Amino acid sequence: MKLLEYQAKEVLQSFGIEIPPGKIARTPEEAAAAAREIGTVAVKAQVPVGGRGKAGGIKLAQTPEEAAAAAGQIIGMEIKGFRVPLVYCEGALDIKQEIYLGFTVDRDARANILMLSARGGMDIEAVAEETPDAIARLYPNPWRGPLDFEVRRLVFEAGLGALAGPLTKVVRQLYRAIPEQDALTAEINPLVVTGEGRVVAGDAKLETDENAAFRHKELEERYSTVIEGDQYEVEAKKRGLTYVSLDGHIGVIGNGAGLCMGTLDLVQRAGGRAANFCDIGGGAKAEVVQNALEVILMNPQVKGVLINVFGGITRADEVARGVVEARAALNMKLPLVVRLSGTNEEEGKRILRENGIEPGDNGWEAAQKIVELTR
Amino acid sequence: MILLTPVSNVIVQGITGREGTFHAERMQEMGTRLVGGVSPGKGGGDHLGVPLFNTVAEAVAATGADATGIFVPPPFAADAIREAAEAGLSLIVCITEGIPIQDMIRVKSYLKDFPRARLLGPNCPGLITPGVGKIGIIPAQISSPGAVGLVSRSGTLTYEAMAVLTRAGLGQSTVVGIGGDPVLGLSFSDVVELFEHDSQTTHLVLIGEIGGSDEERAAQRLRGTRLKVVAFISGRTAPEGKRMGHAGAIVSGNRGTAKSKVEAFQAVGIPVAETTDQIVELLKA
Repeated sequence: MKLLEYQAKEVLQSFGIEIPPGKIARTPEEAAAAAREIGTVAVKAQVPVGGRGKAGGIKLAQTPEEAAAAAGQIIGMEIKGFRVPLVYCEGALDIKQEIYLGFTVDRDARANILMLSARGGMDIEAVAEETPDAIARLYPNPWRGPLDFEVRRLVFEAGLGALAGPLTKVVRQLYRAIPEQDALTAEINPLVVTGEGRVVAGDAKLETDENAAFRHKELEERYSTVIEGDQYEVEAKKRGLTYVSLDGHIGVIGNGAGLCMGTLDLVQRAGGRAANFCDIGGGAKAEVVQNALEVILMNPQVKGVLINVFGGITRADEVARGVVEARAALNMKLPLVVRLSGTNEEEGKRILRENGIEPGDNGWEAAQKIVELTR
Repeated sequence: MILLTPVSNVIVQGITGREGTFHAERMQEMGTRLVGGVSPGKGGGDHLGVPLFNTVAEAVAATGADATGIFVPPPFAADAIREAAEAGLSLIVCITEGIPIQDMIRVKSYLKDFPRARLLGPNCPGLITPGVGKIGIIPAQISSPGAVGLVSRSGTLTYEAMAVLTRAGLGQSTVVGIGGDPVLGLSFSDVVELFEHDSQTTHLVLIGEIGGSDEERAAQRLRGTRLKVVAFISGRTAPEGKRMGHAGAIVSGNRGTAKSKVEAFQAVGIPVAETTDQIVELLKA
């Protein structure tokens, strides 16, 4: 689960990390009230995606009136597919230095990596590319966490020895996100050093592992309802489907992530663009296919649907009957091409043909057919 | 053939569960030497005609097992892997999908003390040596024995490729699904290394996908190989994930994209197929 900034900051604060004063606001009036209490505030869009500053989702407000106006503009705007449900009004900081501090999973090393740099801020990715040595790295042992001397070495390697005291403390506090919240990424950028020498989290990103949700029910209950994603993705999630919205016009259903991704590639190779990625997992039960079709057909951009099912031991005739039923139940009129393989494949194809559904011999042929039919 | 041979003695952890039972039976049907199962609390009984044990150590002592297939639910799977390693098994195949990543990171650290234990997966279809046996869920009827090694990150795409190979008369030496999770046991490079030293294998198909840089490293490993290799990369048109934070980009830079992977193979003279049917054309070219 990707937490919003204010949620991530609440979690960091619970670990003892200092955050600026702030309040969430769902209306301009609430934003004005927050500004009256805090003073000069940054009004920040709360969306689980980066790049909101460049998208106009952060505005500085000197007065309550300015805060209300900013909130009025930002709430409801769309940033990279996410509608902004609320803003976070946060007290402005007296910034002396911006540091980068982050944890993530380094999948190539199959380990957690901790990174610290004196050159925090918006351009950290450019810093990483141009001067990788400016980022100090540590792979902590996952059983015992980083040891004191390791954290100290990291701080000195980053050239931040003058701040060794407060920084080693913040690093240890942030690390708690891994054992305690199953974080996949925990990042503070910038970690602000103020004019008075305090170390404060200027921004916060926290993504937790959905596979570990079974042991973190409190986080899910507290925060998951606030995030408003793409409407089709939200609907698909409710139905337990693995679904990602894309911007084309051909709905795609496949079983298995690799096959499904491969199908998107075939659609593009045939000259079309997929409207979504939808993995219905192994097997291909009739109700799951119907569920997936239903979500895909909610999207008015969809002009036709391609189903690519590799059965193996699944019976293709049963899958074919399920598809026919689902299509009838949903009163679907758009072109539908189904590529089926598995036991009783020929019988499956016959059933499809008899019901006016185009069968495809393989994924590539099926992709060409649906692109043709939706042209 | 690699990893699973006619002398491999296999147990299944979680054999009495629904998935464990179903797939253990399929494994038996194709001749896998299934010598026992582990199901804590049911030791002393039997299931599918093989003895049940409470612990992996007991199973190993009684049966001489050297390989295991793990079908236990996600919250317990990491511990099942560690138990298998500690009991001395040399091949641990974890089928379970949905294991927390931090659990797997701890498993990887733990396994450093057991250099003999090879972990395949998790979240993988397992492996099959056609005509010999399988551990996992790969359907045997689409396989046929032969000289093509196949290694893949995906499940259904692997089956698709196997079916295409079998239909074209190209049998397989061993088919290995390394799994789709970010933190895995055997990598592409590890499996490529095994195929390189397997005299039965003359051709290799490698099916990768976007993310990580295992494919890039395997491409480097394959420079000058004796094998005739064809690669396939899925996710070429997948959009960039809706990313938050910079940590991922700082770690991986430009590696991990489909373009980077395709170029890595082409740079060492390995052709990259655009459809599964093309895999056969390129293998025969």
